[in-house]
Amino acid sequence: MPPQPSKVAAPSADKRWKLVDATMRRNGNTAQALIETLHTVQESFGYLDDDALRYVAAVLGLPLSKVYGVATFYNYFTMKPSGKHTCVVCVGTACYIKGSKQIVGSIEKLAEIKPGETTPNNAVSLMVAHCIGACGLAPAGVFDNEVVGKLSVEDATQRVERWLKDE
Amino acid sequence: MNNEELLLAAEQEREARAEREARVLVCQGTACHSAHSEQIAEAIAAELKKRGLEKRCSVVGVGCRGLCAAGPMVSVEPSHTLYHKVTVEDAPAIAESLPNGRVESLQLSTNTPFFTRQTKIVLENAGEISIERIEDYYAHNGYQALLRAITEMTPAEVIDEITKSGLRGRGGAGYPTGLKWGTVAKAVGSPKYVICNGDEGDPGAFMDRSVMEADPHRVLEGMAIAAYAVGASQGYLYVRAEYPLAVKRLNTAIRQAQKAGLLGENIAGTSFSFNVSVRLGAGAFVCGEETALIASIEGKRGTPRPRPPYPAQSGLWGRPTLINNVETYANVAPIIQRGSAWFASIGTAKSKGTKVFALAGKVNNIGLIEVPMGITLREIIFEIGGGIPNGRLFKAVQTGGPSGGCIPAEYLDTPVDFESLATLGSIMGSGGMIVMDDTSCMVDVARYFMEFCKHESCGKCVPCRVGTAQMYDLLTRISTGTAELEDLALLEELCDTVKYTSLCGLGQSAPNPVISTLRYFRDEYMAHIVEKRCPAGVCAMESTLEVNA
Repeated sequence: MPPQPSKVAAPSADKRWKLVDATMRRNGNTAQALIETLHTVQESFGYLDDDALRYVAAVLGLPLSKVYGVATFYNYFTMKPSGKHTCVVCVGTACYIKGSKQIVGSIEKLAEIKPGETTPNNAVSLMVAHCIGACGLAPAGVFDNEVVGKLSVEDATQRVERWLKDE
Repeated sequence: MNNEELLLAAEQEREARAEREARVLVCQGTACHSAHSEQIAEAIAAELKKRGLEKRCSVVGVGCRGLCAAGPMVSVEPSHTLYHKVTVEDAPAIAESLPNGRVESLQLSTNTPFFTRQTKIVLENAGEISIERIEDYYAHNGYQALLRAITEMTPAEVIDEITKSGLRGRGGAGYPTGLKWGTVAKAVGSPKYVICNGDEGDPGAFMDRSVMEADPHRVLEGMAIAAYAVGASQGYLYVRAEYPLAVKRLNTAIRQAQKAGLLGENIAGTSFSFNVSVRLGAGAFVCGEETALIASIEGKRGTPRPRPPYPAQSGLWGRPTLINNVETYANVAPIIQRGSAWFASIGTAKSKGTKVFALAGKVNNIGLIEVPMGITLREIIFEIGGGIPNGRLFKAVQTGGPSGGCIPAEYLDTPVDFESLATLGSIMGSGGMIVMDDTSCMVDVARYFMEFCKHESCGKCVPCRVGTAQMYDLLTRISTGTAELEDLALLEELCDTVKYTSLCGLGQSAPNPVISTLRYFRDEYMAHIVEKRCPAGVCAMESTLEVNA
């Protein structure tokens, strides 16, 4: 393996790049650091943008195509910023059996977005998850990081409606 | 830390515990945690302080107690009192009753099949020990098996003990664990690696998550014993990023064990060194497949590669690698501690020990259970699970997630072991068990799993990438009432092709939900195709929609 470039300038003076640098350094600035690094970028900035991918590729000495390939392969990574509020509806088997499809459908109708999209006013992002592990609370959802169990269509739409009006 | 120091630490912890008149154990498993059990623990501690009882009674955050549907759960030791559906408002009453009384209105009897029919090995510490303190693990004989293995046994003796126990891989395939360890131990190449597969991707399964959250040291201890047996000194724990609580607790546990000298260089003064790092998954179901998981640890796209060579010969960075599932490692320390004969006495002739299941869906007692191999599905669903809610009829039980199948009522008396479930067209799988009643449509269920497999197919091999998409389209046609009988024939042909020609387990098992529902519920498919009708009333039929419009 060739020696890695010692210094590539971060995309900006933003202090969060220091966290990203630390993750890459901890993993020896090599190819195996890629996934851990993308986790740190997403944790720090909320999503992965082109600048971040270029920077990570340069530091780790990887072709940009490979970094892009990894970033788009894994469901957990997102290349779009999310809205002010996020709503994740669990569609794992236990929740599905208990009607989470109807919950997703009602939110889709109300906010006029599909899973993976954000409303045009940037208020609400809708996502679906394949099991958040809260099967005992099925159907479950995560509203702005708060797990809500035994969700009903009414409850879910009311929460999203509040967020939509919020903006 | 050496053996004497460990035994002393365990004794000290037990004595410290005995000085308290009561221990209040508050579940901090995912389900209870999301029902605000952390605030409940704080409230009880505050109420105890108000009453000047904080020295006499302790409040401890513990892992999953199993009965998630009745959470948040709180228990009081030593009186074995169990409270369910506790709220912050109940804290004063609970504190008032301590140290000796009980709050009867909150009490849940433990003398019910849910509790009495279970056999706990993997989960024996879950809900009993603190999720934050390694000392609690010592008090439950923690790390004694590791120290015994590395000071009193040779690696070959450890492998022999695991082989004799009959332990088989709990990730789903049931490969004999001892055999796998022996292969890695004999493989030429260095360094060797040990990997723990905690990428629990089955929708509807949360067993491994609960084990990692409730008893992280047990997993680490199992990995360390495995590393000693196969000659590895570096381990990786691959955990889903969607499990932040498990990641946090594992990292804490690793730090504690390193500080105590139970992980790291020259453990207990021997020449054995072992370090563990946590690696985060990133939401790809295919990474549960071992070669894909290894690619992911290497920082690559998680796509599988053909085997052989198996990871035992050429795994992580081309080195011999042992890869086992969380639950498999959690069984290791008890086997070393109590002996292979004890473990082999539980279960059936070919499937030894216990299995943890995540029981969910249309069943009364939703939660995490551990049962001896050989118990029947009926006992699990109707005794431990308490039957079907709202007086509905049982229709099928789904095991093995997207790789498994649906088992109908006529086979409820089948014993749960690797071979019996395979005979029925399902698999043991990692332990997801979803109960369905007569309001579920089996075509819709098959379509649901196919949508999942289509989405999760990594795209490397054609049969899986194209086949799952085509099967999904056919199932959609059937479930919307627009399919003809030829479509069913095509679907069956595709099932065969994808099953036998896909590269990895994801594709090879993707047709299972379709094959098993076709085998047992063909009449439902026919009703959709011929009569354009969904017997369960789940699927919206396009032909009827037109009539109504």
